Amino acid sequence: MMRPHRSHPLWLAYILHRLSGLALAIFLPAHFYVLSLALTAPNDLDGFLHWADKPLVKVAEFGLVFLLAVHFFGGLRLMAFELLAWSKDQKTLAAASVAFSFLIAASFLLRAI
Amino acid sequence: MAFGSNTLDVSVWRGDADGGKFESFQVPSQESQTILDVVVWIQQKIDPSLAYRYACRVGMCGSCAMSVNGQPRWTCRTHVQKVLRGRRVEIAPLRNLPVIKDLATDMDPFFEKWVRAEGVFHPTLTRNDEIARVSPVDQRRVEADAAVECINCAICYASCDTVQGNPDYLGPAALNRAWTLVNDVKDGKRSSILEAVSQEGGCHNCHSQGSCAKFCPNELSPITSIAGLKRETTKSFFGRG
Amino acid sequence: MLTLRLFILQRVTALIMAPLVVGHLALMIYAIRGGLSTGAILARTQGSWPWALFYGTFVVAVSVHAAIGLRVIVGEALKFRGALLDVLSLAFCAFLLIAGLRAVLSVTML
Repeated sequence: MMRPHRSHPLWLAYILHRLSGLALAIFLPAHFYVLSLALTAPNDLDGFLHWADKPLVKVAEFGLVFLLAVHFFGGLRLMAFELLAWSKDQKTLAAASVAFSFLIAASFLLRAI
Repeated sequence: MAFGSNTLDVSVWRGDADGGKFESFQVPSQESQTILDVVVWIQQKIDPSLAYRYACRVGMCGSCAMSVNGQPRWTCRTHVQKVLRGRRVEIAPLRNLPVIKDLATDMDPFFEKWVRAEGVFHPTLTRNDEIARVSPVDQRRVEADAAVECINCAICYASCDTVQGNPDYLGPAALNRAWTLVNDVKDGKRSSILEAVSQEGGCHNCHSQGSCAKFCPNELSPITSIAGLKRETTKSFFGRG
Repeated sequence: MLTLRLFILQRVTALIMAPLVVGHLALMIYAIRGGLSTGAILARTQGSWPWALFYGTFVVAVSVHAAIGLRVIVGEALKFRGALLDVLSLAFCAFLLIAGLRAVLSVTML
């Protein structure tokens, strides 16, 4: 159950930013490794890319695109708040980050399938 | 209201720094009853050993804050009817502070951080000087004005998960106080304050979760004050302020 | 955990990455059409200085940015402090830097 002091929009925006950042940081080494295959084992890379055509993998990629987008928009919101003193409408901006991220990830998915 | 027919089931945390547990009390429900009224009633009618802290009873002194149903609140201004779940309400000491006994927390770490954040006024004039004139529409005065009505209740401090994760972190109240002084033209040590809030545990650890502003009983916005400190320290790092 | 310097480094790398992320997102949406193949990727990237520079910058910025972010999470969640935290952050930064630059070189230069 959500602790009562956490159930408000900006706390949820915070945890989304933290978890998306953590997930991206964990994903990066795998991403780098796969790309390095181009040099060390081009056939393995082709095999991987072929594997990545599966629908389930596309959905996972949709998730990754969403994570990148939401971390990007969330980060811009935070910097606008901290450095440009955009203190109004932070909740609306946080909600908009999530909405735009879905839009971007959905565009990716629609072109991928 | 009829005694007994309308009873509150109040769960009160009992214990000390070594730990404790919740104890149940039956308290008669009354109109316009506050959480502090309930705590006082238990102590006066059932168990005189119940420890808690309060002074003014009217939301000015900031000493009666407790955790009510898991959320930090000023208990003297919290109506039972607003927070009741069925007939039940749970009252515990504030989070993020050491417990002395029952509902009374040790506020020393909280106030030590005010000093560490240079949250003390650094005068430049003596009593023989003219009183400094500050225009109420001056931009810095407007910034300070928005943050100045803090009653030191530590509700923001108890609600902050960054304090929980990093006990070194100065916390919303101390940083909010530092921000009012940064904007006080009469304060003589602006750069020392910016220096103090830039140390390990300083304002840059804030993750803008905003629980401080969400739960501040005086509707202040420490998160905005801390953003201001981040901005001013960054400016001064690049030599522009 | 976060001092002024690390805070600024975190924000500066974020600002460097902002346009790069826009480019990366646009590229992904553009290039995913019809699936990816090693040949198709390398045909675009091989020997391309602009791509090497684009993703080289990205890797340097993200290594610093991710290491600082992870430093805070590890510090708050696992209560690591001091030299241990410094060593872990630097090690993660170096690991991402080496792995990332190797990946960029693999698809652009070598």
